[in-house]
Amino acid sequence: MTDTTRFIPDRLQSPLQKRLKSWESLLLLVAIAIFVANSFASPYFLNAWNLSDATFNFTEKAMIAFAMALLIISGEIDLSVASIIALASTAMGAAVQMGAGTPVLILVGLGTGLLCGAFNGVLVTRLGLPSIVVTIGTMSLFRGISYIVLGDQAFRGYPADFAFFGQGYVFWVITFELVLFAVIAVIYGMILHMTNFGRAVYAIGNNPTGALFSGIRVARVKFILFLLTGLMSGVAAICLTSRLGSTRPSIATGWELEVVTMVVLGGVNILGGSGTIPGVVIAAFVMGLVTFGLGLLNVPGIVMSIVIGALLIGVIALPRLWKMWRAQ
Amino acid sequence: MLMQAETQTDAPTDVPVLALDGITKTFPGVKALDGVSLRLYPGQVTALIGENGAGKSTVVKTLTGIYQPDGGEILVDGAPKRFPTAQDAADAGITAIHQETVLFDELSVAENIFLGHEPRGRFGLIDWAAMEAKATEILRGIGAEIDPAHKLRDLGIANKHLVAIARALSIDARVVIMDEPTAALSHKEIQELYELVETLKSQGKAILFISHKFDEIFRIADRFTVFRDGQFIADGKIADVTESDLVKMMVGRDVSQIFPTRNNIPGDEVLRVEGMNHPTEFADVGFRLQRGEILGFYGLVGAGRSEFMQALFGITKPSAGRVTIDGVEEAIRSPADAVDAGIVYVPEDRGKQGAITALPIFQNVTLPSLGRTSHKGFLRLAEEFRLAREYTQRLDLRAASLDTAVGNLSGGNQQKVVIAKWLATQPKVIILDEPTKGIDIGSKAAVHEFMAELAAEGLAVIMVSSEIPEVLGMSDRVIVMREGRMVAELAGDELTPETLVRHAAGI
Repeated sequence: MTDTTRFIPDRLQSPLQKRLKSWESLLLLVAIAIFVANSFASPYFLNAWNLSDATFNFTEKAMIAFAMALLIISGEIDLSVASIIALASTAMGAAVQMGAGTPVLILVGLGTGLLCGAFNGVLVTRLGLPSIVVTIGTMSLFRGISYIVLGDQAFRGYPADFAFFGQGYVFWVITFELVLFAVIAVIYGMILHMTNFGRAVYAIGNNPTGALFSGIRVARVKFILFLLTGLMSGVAAICLTSRLGSTRPSIATGWELEVVTMVVLGGVNILGGSGTIPGVVIAAFVMGLVTFGLGLLNVPGIVMSIVIGALLIGVIALPRLWKMWRAQ
Repeated sequence: MLMQAETQTDAPTDVPVLALDGITKTFPGVKALDGVSLRLYPGQVTALIGENGAGKSTVVKTLTGIYQPDGGEILVDGAPKRFPTAQDAADAGITAIHQETVLFDELSVAENIFLGHEPRGRFGLIDWAAMEAKATEILRGIGAEIDPAHKLRDLGIANKHLVAIARALSIDARVVIMDEPTAALSHKEIQELYELVETLKSQGKAILFISHKFDEIFRIADRFTVFRDGQFIADGKIADVTESDLVKMMVGRDVSQIFPTRNNIPGDEVLRVEGMNHPTEFADVGFRLQRGEILGFYGLVGAGRSEFMQALFGITKPSAGRVTIDGVEEAIRSPADAVDAGIVYVPEDRGKQGAITALPIFQNVTLPSLGRTSHKGFLRLAEEFRLAREYTQRLDLRAASLDTAVGNLSGGNQQKVVIAKWLATQPKVIILDEPTKGIDIGSKAAVHEFMAELAAEGLAVIMVSSEIPEVLGMSDRVIVMREGRMVAELAGDELTPETLVRHAAGI
């Protein structure tokens, strides 16, 4: 029987070939182009300290974006992440009022994130509610609690050593946040691309029914993804609160859309099923560079968001337009 | 023989309102209709009879403009017509009441009845008062006590059928197609439906009545047409035939396919199922299965076979029941539990349930076996390719590479990937749900061959199939299900097409 069986090769294209033709390569070109354009546009751009400052534009959001990328690839979404930051920051502020030190603050920040993630996860996986609806609800709920606690007040008086997370430098111009960003990127890259769990995430995102019928514990995987997204929101809350040195209920307003934008710009299919962590990393740099470059040129914030929006639509529409043009 | 009973002498004198002549419809890999003919006369009920897959649903979709035939003619009052859209069929006076009737839950009864042809008043606006009045009149005409202002959502299934019938009458249909209209109705509601059919007949409407229930057919049909495997077999007057004549025409005499010869001696008991119940889908299912045995499950569509298998596989939750594997009772709450216990399921719906079509072949094959191919939770691609190669080779898979997306393969090769996926888990029991549905003859034979091979190696096989030749050709033993219950367990000489059909239809 074996001599009539045809041999099937493992692959026709090497993984490297595939990678060269990928979305990530295109995005990398965009990033380089923006970098070059920026360095011509402003004399202050190519300055190590300025560039170091610029990384704050994306590091905190990107930490959430990595977890969000996995969640979106699995076919779900969490729009409550910015509100989780507000709630976690408020909880930390309250802990400070009770005299908590930095280690306790970290536990409070991460714990609040995990609890919020678990709450979203239970509603989605146990009750079978659509995540977009659940997290629009918890988006209002979590930040609402923050407003009730704080009103128009602010929590201050964070311990001095707490400032390290958002303001500390590890080496020369390299901030603690940038290092944390890199470490988290590597961890999530490994989870998504190198583990059984990551494979399950792709399977669920492509076909949740098929994944279930293949013996994947779909609800468990999704629950873990909501936990991770909550946890990363907690991490971002610690960094942001540390950087600002105070907590107001309006903290991180609108970040959920910037996080989702970063993920989609990074090539993650908003309908689930595909996307990579390297893509999100490059997208984080692209968004950071654009914001920073426009900031140096004194472009107002509202114009910046217009540019980011145009960039998102442009980068996503271009490949499709290219295909349509070639098909003619 | 009664075949081709249709002659000039017993044909009604009228011209058929609607006739199909030599209609052919091909889908990738399957010839759903192969030159079939069908004639419907005014004031007569014609029963369309055939096994699952005989082409009945395809005919209905052709008549209602959903499918376009590849060849042949549709004649309305003797003149050729085409129905490029559903609206064209409706304009020709053809309406269908489906198994799952297409109505709109959020609209009122009156809106449902008149959707698309609402009575118009001045300025072309809908004349709501006229619409409600007309709806009331039609509903009263068919003896339905339904308030036309109610939302459809609030109605029971029987009343929804009546609304569908009222809709058929409102467009002044000349041909009414009823596709298993009694499937979801109670005894009393069925009697009412019969009366309604009589009313429609007396109004001169031609009725195409599709049913698996012979008592029904003999109760209300005037004529019959039999299809088998997409081909026209016979038609004639109901008065000229008996039940067993119709059964013979349905199943045919020749089992044309060749099945592998098997002579196994079944081994130890591997699976025991006791008292499996479900609130709505099945009741009291229990059986034993031995190593090396192929157990067939036969029944009509909706008999609860797939639903039971999915409960056994942990997809749906049974209300009661015990599953024992190799003498150990297993609590199966999810497919993951089932796989751990050694039960795997090859579903009927390959594209949605069986494979993850966007992912490459090797990832599909290893998905449930990642625990074995990985190391401490980390993927080992070389191991995955090795495992995928081993099992796809056994099934003689044809593909450009193991990195090809499963969606790019033919139906038969997709099925091989799904089977390879499960064999790689080294299961004890494999459930195959309609394993050869919609795949080409060559792959079909390969799947049959392979099933026999697996059984010979000691795997216990459960095969759900609606194809009688397949059930007879492959099974050591057959359980027949009807309306969620096991109605017969057949083996040896009892296994004939006639006994299967009789038990499945309850006659």
